[in-house]
Amino acid sequence: MTFATSVELLKFHNVAYTVYAMIIISVIAWFAYNLTREKKADPIVRIPFYLYIGFLVAMGVGHHIFTYNTIPWVSEDIMRHNITPDKTFQIKMANHKFDMPEKMEIKKGEKVLFDAHSSDLVYGFGLFRQDGSMISQMQVNPGSRNDLLWTFNECGEFDVRSTEYAGPAGNAMFVKKVVIVTGCDNKGV
Amino acid sequence: MSLMNGTDFNASTLTALQKVTLRAVVMSFLFYGLAAIEGTLMRVALVNPSIPPIHGAPEHFFSIMTVHPIIGIFGSTYQLVFAAFMFLIPYLTKKPLYSVGLANFVWLMITIGSALAWIAAFVWSYAPLYTLYWPLPADTAQFNVMGGIVFIIGVAMIMIGTLGFIYNIYATIFAKVGVHANKTTKELLISGFGIDGMMNLVNKLRGKPPYTKEPALSLPVVAIFRGTVDTFLDALVILGAGILVLVYLLADVSGASWDVHAVDALLYKNFFWWGLDLVADGLVLIYVAGSWYLLATLITGQKLFMENVARAALLLELFVSWMVWSHHLLADQGQPEMMKLISGEMVTMFELLTQGLALFITLMTLWKARPLKMTMELKYLLAGLLGFGLAVPAAIIQADMGMNRILHNTQWIIGAHVHVALLTGLYMTLYSVVYVLWPLLTNNTKLFSMKFANAHFYLHLIGSIGMGAFMGMAGLEGMLRRHFYMDGEYQTFMILAAIAAIMMVTAWVIFMANIIMSVGLKGLVGIFLPATDDTATFGIDPQPSVVVSQKK
Repeated sequence: MTFATSVELLKFHNVAYTVYAMIIISVIAWFAYNLTREKKADPIVRIPFYLYIGFLVAMGVGHHIFTYNTIPWVSEDIMRHNITPDKTFQIKMANHKFDMPEKMEIKKGEKVLFDAHSSDLVYGFGLFRQDGSMISQMQVNPGSRNDLLWTFNECGEFDVRSTEYAGPAGNAMFVKKVVIVTGCDNKGV
Repeated sequence: MSLMNGTDFNASTLTALQKVTLRAVVMSFLFYGLAAIEGTLMRVALVNPSIPPIHGAPEHFFSIMTVHPIIGIFGSTYQLVFAAFMFLIPYLTKKPLYSVGLANFVWLMITIGSALAWIAAFVWSYAPLYTLYWPLPADTAQFNVMGGIVFIIGVAMIMIGTLGFIYNIYATIFAKVGVHANKTTKELLISGFGIDGMMNLVNKLRGKPPYTKEPALSLPVVAIFRGTVDTFLDALVILGAGILVLVYLLADVSGASWDVHAVDALLYKNFFWWGLDLVADGLVLIYVAGSWYLLATLITGQKLFMENVARAALLLELFVSWMVWSHHLLADQGQPEMMKLISGEMVTMFELLTQGLALFITLMTLWKARPLKMTMELKYLLAGLLGFGLAVPAAIIQADMGMNRILHNTQWIIGAHVHVALLTGLYMTLYSVVYVLWPLLTNNTKLFSMKFANAHFYLHLIGSIGMGAFMGMAGLEGMLRRHFYMDGEYQTFMILAAIAAIMMVTAWVIFMANIIMSVGLKGLVGIFLPATDDTATFGIDPQPSVVVSQKK
């Protein structure tokens, strides 16, 4: 199981968290109902204390192991210093403006490095689809490294928006269709 | 029964301790209303940007966004929590509060400080947000210097008030009077940090007799003691950041042009988030766990289930809360990967364990005492447990290098996690405390309407979970948390979130109406008049000699 894009991952996340939310709401509601009943409620399952603790630890650790093995950008991000990118784009940010190539053309599957620099404030660098959903993002701090290595597994024209607040003027930091990814078949994969 | 006189409340019979507690509670709920209105304005502006007073202007929108958490967290939550604890510590330890005068100083400082921060945003549109990411708060090209100075002075006053609270709490806990007359400072410290609970567990595993059968401090006091350590560290960090900003602003006023890049933005972020996270992951979780334990024992009248484990868990939370701040910096590529992995992911994961334990212990204590009557305090407590049951896993999900890449700074973070944790988890717990303390603080004043109380409960519960859920869903579709969308983006979710926000404002109006109709306008004014009875204890015979000797 691998999530090729953020759309796939967020769909899975949406379903999984909604199911969890329904379960915890139901458990508390069941608990509240039985708390007031004279008749002793029969527990549906008996969970030993140490099994519960083990479950919490397994969920906490297992979540990270799961994402490491199913989300391609995790290991790529950790190992990015040892990966030679296919393309590098320099992004400069100052005075609430982006200074970057007018069009960043990429082939699907290429490893692309977005190397961002801010000379004044803390900004963000985010890639978005035309429907507003997020592909990826990073913070852009002045005076430190801001490098996002990304492999595009989808084609299309994507927008760039600052994802961090840098004062009211930063609200307009939005560039339409500046990243173009090609190389997909007719079905867009 | 009337608006002027309330039900049967008589402010002149209140002691100094009751009055100082109620003063802070009143201010807290007024600030809560302001924060709720501000939040609703922002939510409605994301549906219709031209709504007054925002009028589609980002500077107005972000001014509100800047003061909304200051008013909500410090003006309201801090006040309410501090008020409750400055009453509960004397109540639980059977000792007088160290100083009622200092308690008055605390609520006044936080009230004036919060008001100043609000004025800075309202008058000068000072809007660096609560994150104060360097060098934005010192950016005088964007923001009025006077606004910045007033804002920072306001925040500094809040922190000085906070330090006053901390001093009052520790001076009361460590006072060698009453039941602690024969205790040493070492014994109180060991108990305060939860070390005795840990030693009891170790001795049990080794087959030895318990380290102590009667811990020096009761468990809720231990939680307050522990949480207050984080409150102290957090106050120092925020004060430190405030001084830094103030120095730069004053330099600007004097005509000097200091290089803001002399301060490293990422290093500052680490420093600031370490301190700020002590609020979110330290004192909130610890104070909340302590409040749950107290509420469970008061509601059931029984001992807490697995008390030693609870004490040890509070000790574990001490270390956890100091080492989790990197989960806020998972999207910062300059942050070392090992810090992201260890602090951001692995240590943060322990919060699932500590909060899961607190949830389990509280539920088990209630379960063993069934059948229970579904009182208002029990209802709110269960809702509070549900709030953290929803919000903590949401936090663990986003504190992951894979998920954070697509969730950082989205509405998911501030909706599904932060607002559900604060409004459902924390506030429902605090409302439970309010209902438990109501008869003690008001000398058994009759509540005006139970229908109002229930209406408040359901409107707040559904509104808070609903708003968090719809914001979260918008976040999953890419909506950012610190952005003013003006072209109708994410409209469906924003309309639903705005309706949920309006439900919460309505809930607050009903709650306030119920309280005012109970105490009456005369009673409300009477709370702020000087107390004729200077008793600083509750539930024990007043011992003026002890009170006087402590103040000396």
